[in-house]
Amino acid sequence: MDFSGAGDGRERALGLLLLSMADDEFVIGFSDSEWTGIGPILEEDVAISSLAQDELGHAQALYGLFVDVVADGRDADAVAYDRPPEGYFHARLLDHSRGDWAQTIARRWIYETADAARLAALAASSHAPLRELVAKLRREERYHLMHVDTWLDRLAESGGEPRRRLVAALAELGPDAGTVLAPLPGETALVRHGILAESWAAIESRWRAETSTKLIRLGLDALPATRDPGAARTRHSDAFRLLHADFTMVRRSEVGATW
Amino acid sequence: MVTGAASLAPGLVPGPTAATPATETMVRATLGRVHDPEIPTVSIVDLGLVHAVAVTPDRIRVELLPTFVACPALEVIRSTVTDALAGFGRPVEVAFTFLVPWTTERLTPAGRDGLRAAGIAPPAEPADVRCPYCASARVAMDSAFGPTLCRSLFYCRECRQPFEAFKPI
Repeated sequence: MDFSGAGDGRERALGLLLLSMADDEFVIGFSDSEWTGIGPILEEDVAISSLAQDELGHAQALYGLFVDVVADGRDADAVAYDRPPEGYFHARLLDHSRGDWAQTIARRWIYETADAARLAALAASSHAPLRELVAKLRREERYHLMHVDTWLDRLAESGGEPRRRLVAALAELGPDAGTVLAPLPGETALVRHGILAESWAAIESRWRAETSTKLIRLGLDALPATRDPGAARTRHSDAFRLLHADFTMVRRSEVGATW
Repeated sequence: MVTGAASLAPGLVPGPTAATPATETMVRATLGRVHDPEIPTVSIVDLGLVHAVAVTPDRIRVELLPTFVACPALEVIRSTVTDALAGFGRPVEVAFTFLVPWTTERLTPAGRDGLRAAGIAPPAEPADVRCPYCASARVAMDSAFGPTLCRSLFYCRECRQPFEAFKPI
């Protein structure tokens, strides 16, 4: 991480938190936007495009908060587009490609439930701009959760190929599911300064209890423990490098241009 | 949806000129004639977007609340507001803030009427949505996701008309 402009422990920890959240929303938003035009049915094409647009907007707002905290002269676009793939700080869960529709739904469900747990722990944050934005995000994310919960039920309860594909997707993503809530450097400072309500471990354990209840009710396995949690947001995949080449293409085509 | 240029309602009230006193009341009255670029029957005031107006001798500052964080109409609204207030003859600053979340309770009664006039049901929980054309309650949600981030798709079984409803948020 390049944090040359960051000051004391609080700013560095807050910057990492904001960057991790912004990168999560940016990567899942861009990745899911690949469905635009090729969704399984027209209604879902519109829905997933709308969800992806929401996530990109959330990323933009979070990058805005990040540049205000870090204040190293970069604007939100520069942070979003001008880093090499290794400089991104999203959770490894989002390093998986969108895959088939079942994998997209499984990834969204894991991400949205974990993100909801994270946002709940930030609802009373001492960093006012984050607290205000989180209040807004949670109102919008309610629709995301409703959408993806419905789809998880539909795939799981239909049996046959949809369920087989869902089970395969959950098996592939499962070991990386917990990466969204894996402890970030600076956790102690975040909690001490009242930015985050409780430890990542506490947030993750509540999320695991909730997701397990739901999965077990559907006759599915609970999500497994996180593989290599120390590298939850580093060492990205080839799938992400391809995505990165895609989403930086226009920006790279004319460096410094105003669009 | 295609985002057309937001526009002042033509011919109703003359726009401000340098001679118009720049008071908060006059600025708000002018904002009341700036329409949402995607819902031409509703002003940004009736939509509840205007959070604060501050008039000082050297500038006018307007703070707006986005309906949805990713709303792509924000930049159009910003430039329309800037243009609409240019006549006051001092720099205009338009900022978006999340200081309080925009919620559907911020819509005024005139805003709700304006939505219906555009064929959009005002926000309500799905069970309480009424057809904007025939007011029937025999409606069904087709999808929570419509042509813009802020709207859902419904169908009226009474007048057999598909319509959009503003999402409650």
